[in-house]
Amino acid sequence: MKSPISAARLRRALPTGRRAVAVSVAVVLLAAVVVWAAWPDRPGFRTESAMLTVASGPTGNEPVDLDTTLYLPNDAAADRKVPAVLLAHGFGGTKNSVRTDAEELADRGYAVLTWTARGFGRSGGQIHLDNPDYEVRDAQRLLDWLAARPEIRIDGDGDPRVGVVGGSYGGGLALLLAAQDQRVDAIVPMITWNDLSRSFLPESTGGEPTRGVFKSGWAGIFFGGGGNVGSGPAGISGNTAEAPEGAPSPGPPSPAPGQGPGTAPGAPTTGTIPDPACGRFAPDVCAAYLSIAVTGQADQAAVDLLRRSSPAGVLDRIKAPTLLVQGAADTLFPLGEADANARGIAANGTPVRVAWFTGGHDGGAGPRTDSDRVKFLTAQWLDHYVAGTAATPADSFTFSRIAGFDALDRGLVATGYRTADYPGLNGQSRQEVALAGPPQPIANPPAGNPAAISSVPFAGSLSSLLSGVAADIPGQHARFDSEPLTEAVDVVGSPTVQIRAASPTGEAVLFAKLYDVNPEGAATLPSGLIAPIRLTGLPTQVAEAAPVTVTLPAIVHRVEAGHRLRLVLATSDQAYTTPVEPTVYQVAATGPVSLPTVDAEPIPTEAVLWRWILVGLLAAIVLGLVVLVLLLRLRHRRQDTSVHPEYADTPLAVRHLRKEYADGFVAVSEVDFEVHPGQVVGLLGPNGAGKTTTLRVLMGLTQPTAGEIYVFGHRLVPGSPVLSRIGALVEGPGFLPHLSGLENLKAYWRATGRPEADAHFDQALEIAGLGSSVHRKVRKYSHGMRQRLAIAQAMLGLPELLVLDEPTDGLDPPQIAEMRRVLQRYATDGRAVLVSSHLLAEVEQTCTHAVVVNKGRIVASGPVEEIVGDSPSVLFEVSDPAAAREVLADLGGVRVLDDTDGQLVVDTNGTTRSEVVAELVRAGIGVDRVVPRRRLEDAFLALVGENSRGSGDR
Amino acid sequence: MAGSTVEPTRGGGEPTSAAGRGVAASGAGAGYRPSRTLPFAAEFRRQASRRRTQLALGFMVLLPLIILIAFQFDTGDDDNGRGEFGSLVSFATSGGLNFTLFTIFVSASFLLVVVVALFCGDTVASEASWGSLRYLLAIPVPRARLLTIKLLVALTYSGLALVLLAGTALLIGTLRYGWSPLRSTVAAQLEPGEGLLRLLAVLGYLAVVLLVVAGLAFLLSVITDAALGAVGGAVLLWILSSILDQITALGAIRSFLPTHYSTAWLGLLSTPIQTDDIVRGAVSAICYATAFWGLAFWRFTRKDVVS
Repeated sequence: MKSPISAARLRRALPTGRRAVAVSVAVVLLAAVVVWAAWPDRPGFRTESAMLTVASGPTGNEPVDLDTTLYLPNDAAADRKVPAVLLAHGFGGTKNSVRTDAEELADRGYAVLTWTARGFGRSGGQIHLDNPDYEVRDAQRLLDWLAARPEIRIDGDGDPRVGVVGGSYGGGLALLLAAQDQRVDAIVPMITWNDLSRSFLPESTGGEPTRGVFKSGWAGIFFGGGGNVGSGPAGISGNTAEAPEGAPSPGPPSPAPGQGPGTAPGAPTTGTIPDPACGRFAPDVCAAYLSIAVTGQADQAAVDLLRRSSPAGVLDRIKAPTLLVQGAADTLFPLGEADANARGIAANGTPVRVAWFTGGHDGGAGPRTDSDRVKFLTAQWLDHYVAGTAATPADSFTFSRIAGFDALDRGLVATGYRTADYPGLNGQSRQEVALAGPPQPIANPPAGNPAAISSVPFAGSLSSLLSGVAADIPGQHARFDSEPLTEAVDVVGSPTVQIRAASPTGEAVLFAKLYDVNPEGAATLPSGLIAPIRLTGLPTQVAEAAPVTVTLPAIVHRVEAGHRLRLVLATSDQAYTTPVEPTVYQVAATGPVSLPTVDAEPIPTEAVLWRWILVGLLAAIVLGLVVLVLLLRLRHRRQDTSVHPEYADTPLAVRHLRKEYADGFVAVSEVDFEVHPGQVVGLLGPNGAGKTTTLRVLMGLTQPTAGEIYVFGHRLVPGSPVLSRIGALVEGPGFLPHLSGLENLKAYWRATGRPEADAHFDQALEIAGLGSSVHRKVRKYSHGMRQRLAIAQAMLGLPELLVLDEPTDGLDPPQIAEMRRVLQRYATDGRAVLVSSHLLAEVEQTCTHAVVVNKGRIVASGPVEEIVGDSPSVLFEVSDPAAAREVLADLGGVRVLDDTDGQLVVDTNGTTRSEVVAELVRAGIGVDRVVPRRRLEDAFLALVGENSRGSGDR
Repeated sequence: MAGSTVEPTRGGGEPTSAAGRGVAASGAGAGYRPSRTLPFAAEFRRQASRRRTQLALGFMVLLPLIILIAFQFDTGDDDNGRGEFGSLVSFATSGGLNFTLFTIFVSASFLLVVVVALFCGDTVASEASWGSLRYLLAIPVPRARLLTIKLLVALTYSGLALVLLAGTALLIGTLRYGWSPLRSTVAAQLEPGEGLLRLLAVLGYLAVVLLVVAGLAFLLSVITDAALGAVGGAVLLWILSSILDQITALGAIRSFLPTHYSTAWLGLLSTPIQTDDIVRGAVSAICYATAFWGLAFWRFTRKDVVS
């Protein structure tokens, strides 16, 4: 017996068939999604690493070892040749710095050759700064090598189909290689220079680099081997997004500290101990740096050396279509460098496209939208000009502007813009903003200390955006403010301004900065960009000075309405070398600042798509709701309102009712009965016989498995309107415990939505008989009080059929008697009552009819008298049962049914009880008690059986 | 007793005096119309009379007062958080708008979640546990209508809580700190009028995000008979989702978590407004809420009410 029960319990605890299927499908789907999302991508390429020895140098016969890795798409083979990409790394990096980009390009179907440039990492040789005889010739030899590979597509003998991609140092190589070797089919130089001498010795009034102001901060970082400097925008650099561009990154792409420039242990070139002053720099480069760093100015020889490493002079030889990507947050190679390259290359009719993004040597990769755009443009460019698989890229110029902070990942957000033609640095139109301020004296600090801070190399993107970094030293700068702008201005390009300066020595080094000042007075220096100026031949009085035009660095910045512009002329800056001697200059701004603007449209991003998704979603939900409501209306209209003619006047007819619960338990297997007007029908049965289940179905709380219920001929389903004609007490009272009895009744009636007059509260309250307790909270009621309130609630509105489940539960005997009278009275006037009970006496005394249910089946039904029988038996308790038996035997027709312990159960068979008692007394037998035997009990026991175990235990 | 029995009037053509009075073709009793059952006002009063409703709404009024009093103890030399949004704390006393923003900021991640879960998770489950649900269904209130009204009332109370919190904070904040522009380090200073609009937009987005909690709690409320289970379950799952969202290793899966965009309203404070994540968050929240409510209706209109 034990095992079947536990098996049944187990079965109930486990989800049943359909639910189990649904749950497992959901789990499997979820797991599939997680696995799909987390599954590592299978590489679609293979790699070959090799140390190649190439011959280069001025004579072309100096061997040097280059550390290379070739990424080949899996399907590349001699009979399936693929185009190639030469991917160059940034200064201080190695071939590993660009691994991520190489992998992405390899996945796009390119053979990608990466190598560590000479002088870095495990490669040999010395750093010649992209010298055409050294680094560029190395790259030419790599082209030869590529052309010899059987998997690489060739355009001719020894001419591979190849594009060159690189950032910063690698970008410079791309430009110089394309100028020197016409086998290159397309180049994508990023954040790189046009004229290296101008980059390190800028002069913003158009002066030659020999007159320039030395950018000592950046130069020192390069020369000192500050790590992985300037490898390119993310996506092309291999840097992770978190590490700002140029920042020493801890990951494998950057060389370990000991492997930085100048200290590579594996440097195999000379075999001698490297010069501690120059490290792995070539002696001529080293000497040039040392001389510039000492004096802060370059002689013509040093400028020539830097120009030899610059594309500026050879742009007319570049025939490969060029995509120039430049960063706006870049104090090393500002936007002007790409502009010069673009104009120089385009002058020969070579296709050129320019794109700006918000990163750079200071800003890093920029926001994700920017790196995505750069990747897309690069892939598009290569796919067309190298692979030949894509359509011609549009000629449009794209740029982006920092729009604010991303609330979720705390990064920056950039908005992309595009316009049909590249406008250059002067914009499409210009707007002038007047500056005010008297001529001011400013002091040049001795030896440039203390110095103002405009940008901090490596400080990351925030430093250049937020105002926190920029700081001017009092007494060392002059301010010229504008009025608050009436409307916002989008500056795209180089602002210009005219200034005058006077110096007792005739010379002055100044730094011009254009701040954006918000209404609270906080000043922001866009991207930390400043314009260094070296003026000579100055008069001693500012009034005599001739105005000079200063071209400020190109920016992409929005000056909001209400903000002011502030021109600051300062004497010092940490990033530059300034004159050692202390001097006091006079400076004045003569004229407005001229701001270039570009009319551009925002590039639609996926955010637009999401907006449409939101609109579509809302529309779909509204539409779905409308359709659902219409369908429900339709179904409601089609609802079966027909009346079963046979039961039209029958308050309740239950037909072949069967209820099987989800766990397979059959609570009601076959129940049939009727309740007619005027009847009080008792539903009788042991616990678990299925009474409550029957009533639950009757109240529309559960769905029957089979069979039907008719109420006044209307088919009853959950929620049938005909339920409104039934008042019910099922499974005990259910009240809001925090309300009083009366409030509960009122709240219930309000929920019916019927007129308050129909409720007949007075009658209901009278039946409940709670007196003043009706105003107490139900929470404090006794069980019986709740029961009476529940019966009163069931009677609200005097429903035509009253269904009461165990109504006398918790009532005391007088209340039970009262309840009996109430129910009998209620069942007049065409109404009917159905009472379920397991108390035999209650049913016998209250009901006109009874339905006996056992184990889910009707075992008897009919008028109570019929079930009980016409001649009730009587129990006699007598002093002498044996004598009494004899006396009774003599009485005609009287039958003794049973005797135990002095008790006789007697079927009087028509003889009145008084007569029987009289006979016994006459015979001298003492009669202690005469109790009418409850025949319903007998009948019940006969029907149900002595075993009181209910169907619930089956 | 036998004599008192009224014989059944089988097949009697005459309707008796009680039966048939004002009976509609559908068989409904006099005055009964399914569309009139459980009116919104009736359910609103049912919930309003409950102590937990009064306490929850009362606390919404009390919290800004407590925060205000707490700020009176501010010595002004403490380091309040880092990052771009830590400034919400330091600006909290700069004006009524900033005070309101701070109150919302500290309530959004947990308090409002609990309150919404309470209103939406308790509504059906508590009726089931009292046993009054079956009497509502026996009236009969159509099940879909019962759920619709309960949901609408629960959402109304949730909205009321949000409005009370922000309204009280704005009122006492303005009285105490003045009607000043809205300030934060990520945006330019916003004029009070503009700032108020931003604040309303923040409240609107928060309301949308909290729909997920409302949906989840409501679904659980329909599934279980234990009010605590529904409220607690919804809050627990919300916390679980928040925890998972902290684990960056989950990658793209995180953006499918219902809490992933729950702080996107901070984008409304920057200049110009960052709406991209707000739109995504709204799509995510509406999808989840619709799914949860759909399931709740599907389940409730089919289930056997055995409580």
